[in-house]
Amino acid sequence: MPESKVKLGSLQVDVDPVLNAGCSFTAADFEPASQEEKASMVVIKKRMSYWQDAWRRLRQNTVAMVALGVIIAITIFAFIGPSFVPYTYSEQIRGSENLSPMTYSEKEIEAMAAGEEVFPHVFGTDTLGRDLLVRVMYGSRISMTVGVTASLIVLVIGSIYGSVSGFIGGKVDDVMMRIVELIYSIPDVLVVLLLQVVLKDPLTELFDTSTSPFIESLSGIGVGLFSIFITFALLYWVGMSRIVRGQVLMLKKQEFVMAAQCLGASNKKIIKRHLLPNCIGQIVVTTCLQIPSAIFLESFLSFLGLGVSAPLASLGSLASDGLGGIYSYAYRLIIPSVVLSVMILSLNLFGDGLRDALDPRLKK
Amino acid sequence: MLEYVLKRVGMAFLTVLIIACITFLMMNAIPGSPFLNERSQPPEVLAALEAKYGLDKPLYQQLWNYLTSFVQGDMGVSLKMQKNRDVAEIIFEKFPVSVKVGGWAILNAIVCGIPLGCLAAYNRGKWVDSVLRIITTAGVAIPSFVVCTVLLIVFGVKLSILPTMGLDSWQNYLMPCFALSFYPMCYIARLMRSSMLDVINQDYIRTARAKGVAPVMLIFKHALRNSLIPVITYLGPMVAYTVTGGFVVETVFSIPGLGRYFIQSILARDYPIIMGTTIFLSILIIVMNLLVDIAYKIVDPRISFTKGGE
Repeated sequence: MPESKVKLGSLQVDVDPVLNAGCSFTAADFEPASQEEKASMVVIKKRMSYWQDAWRRLRQNTVAMVALGVIIAITIFAFIGPSFVPYTYSEQIRGSENLSPMTYSEKEIEAMAAGEEVFPHVFGTDTLGRDLLVRVMYGSRISMTVGVTASLIVLVIGSIYGSVSGFIGGKVDDVMMRIVELIYSIPDVLVVLLLQVVLKDPLTELFDTSTSPFIESLSGIGVGLFSIFITFALLYWVGMSRIVRGQVLMLKKQEFVMAAQCLGASNKKIIKRHLLPNCIGQIVVTTCLQIPSAIFLESFLSFLGLGVSAPLASLGSLASDGLGGIYSYAYRLIIPSVVLSVMILSLNLFGDGLRDALDPRLKK
Repeated sequence: MLEYVLKRVGMAFLTVLIIACITFLMMNAIPGSPFLNERSQPPEVLAALEAKYGLDKPLYQQLWNYLTSFVQGDMGVSLKMQKNRDVAEIIFEKFPVSVKVGGWAILNAIVCGIPLGCLAAYNRGKWVDSVLRIITTAGVAIPSFVVCTVLLIVFGVKLSILPTMGLDSWQNYLMPCFALSFYPMCYIARLMRSSMLDVINQDYIRTARAKGVAPVMLIFKHALRNSLIPVITYLGPMVAYTVTGGFVVETVFSIPGLGRYFIQSILARDYPIIMGTTIFLSILIIVMNLLVDIAYKIVDPRISFTKGGE
C-alpha cells in the first residue's frame, strides 16, 4: 500500500489508498471465469432455517426423540384408540363387573362358544362393568387436552402481558411487574381449590340455562375442567410473562427495533412482527414445559374428586376410583397411574430436549 | 437491609390482605344464603337472622367486619362438618398433625436430597450419576398420589409390613412422610447436582485441589457451602408443596390432619372452614417464603439488598 500523502493531524480525508487500490487491475482480471471457478460458486448445501437447525439438533438427542415417540404413541392411543374398541367409556356391560385384565365373564365365554367374537377387556373392567381400556384412553385424552389448552391460554396471556410490559417500560412496567409479583406469591393450589368450589354452582347454572351456541359448546367439557382453564388464565401466566418480558427488554435495545420505529411502525406492529417472533424459542419451550405441569395439576384435582365430573374420566379420577378397591383390584390403580407418569415424564424430557435444541446457549 | 425487609414484609402483608378479600368475595358470590336450608322460615325471621350476623350491611362493611374479626382470631363457626364448632379451634386441633407429617417430610427431603446431589456430582458421568439421574428425573415427573399408591400397594397390601391408615405409632409415619418427601427430595438432588457442578469448576476449588485437599473433603466442605445457596431458595416453594401435597397424602393414608379435613370440607361445601383454612394456609406459605427470602440475602452477601424481587 502506498504511503499516505496526508500529514498527520490534517483534516483532509485520506482517499488516495482507496482510489489506488481500485486502479491496479491487470488484463488477467478480465478473463472469463473458468469452469472450476464457476463450480466453486454453486451453493452445495442449502441455507438452514432456524427450525431446520433446531430439528437437526433435536434429532441428535436420543432421550428427547424417544420421549417424542412415546408422546406420539400416547396421543394415538388416546385419540384414535377408542374407535378400535367396541365399548364406550360410560357403557356398563352387565355381567362383566370387576374383571381382571384379559379375562371374560361367563356370558362372554358363552357368546364366544357360540361363535361370536368378543373384544377382550385388555385392562379389565371396573365395579360398574365399564371397560377400563377405553376409560384410560378417554382419560389420557382429557389429560392431554387439558394440558395443551391450558398451556395455550398461558401462552396467549403471558406473552401479550410480558411483551407489553417489557416494551413500554418505565412506570407501566413497574406497576405491571408488581402485579405479577403479587400473583406469584399467592399460593396457587389453594386458590385453584377455592375456585373449584366457587365456580361450580354458577357455571352449572350457566350451562343449564344458556341458549347461546358458544356456551353450549363449552358445556361439553364440564364444569370442573372449565374452572381449571379459568384458573390457568388467572394465575399461571405469570411465569411466561416474566420470561417474555426479559427477552423483550433485551431485544428492544437492538438496532432493528429502532429502525422499525424510525420507519414509523406502531408499537403493536413492532411487538407482533419484530419482538415476539424473536423470542419464539423461549416461548415454545415454556409452553411445552407448561403442558406437563397442567396435567399434573388436573390429575391432582381429579384425584381429590374436584376435577372432571362423572361419567367423564381423567387419569387422576380413574386412579382415585381405583383407590377404593386397592386390596383386590390393584391394577385399576396402577394402570392409570403408570400412563399418567409416563406421559408427564416424556413431556418433561421432550421439553428439556426442545430447550437444548432451540437455545443451545442455555445448555449446561 | 432494613429497607429490604420492610419492603418484603409490606408486600407479604398486602398479599395476605388480597387473598383474604378474594376469598371473602368469592364465598359471597356463591348463590344462596347460609340460612336457606332445611325448612323455609318466615321473612321476618330471616331478616332478624341476617341482622344478627350483620348480613344486611353493605358488602364492604361485611368485608371489614370479617377482616377485623379474623385478626382477632374469630373465623366463624363450621356449618356442616362439625356443626357450630369454632373454625379456629378446628384448625388448631388438626394443624399440629399435618405439621408433624410435613415436618418429617421436609427434614427427610433435605437430609437425603443434599447428599444424593453431592454424590451424583462427585461421580459425574459414572453409573452412580446415571442411576441417580434416572431416579430423580422420574421423581419430579410422578404425581404424589402415584407415589402414595405404589407404596400403599407394595408395603401395605402385598407385603403388609406397614400400617395403611391412621397415625398411632411411628411405623404409621414412614409411608406418608416418604411419599410426601419424594418429590422435593428428587428436586433438591437435581438442584444440588447442577449447582455443585457449577461450583466445582470455579478457581478456588482448583486451588484447593492443587493444594492437595482430599476429594471428599473438597466436595463436602469447600464446595458444599456455596452450592447450597440455590437449595435455600427452594425451601419456600417446598413448604408450599408440602402443604398442598399433604392434601393428597393425608387423604390416601387417612391421616386426621388439616389437609384431609380441608378437602373434606370442600367436598361438603362448608364455607367458613374453607375460607378460614385457605387464609390460614396462605399466611403460612407467604410467611415461610418471606423468611426464606430474607435468609437467602443474609446467607449470600453477594446479592445486593437494594434491588430485590427478581
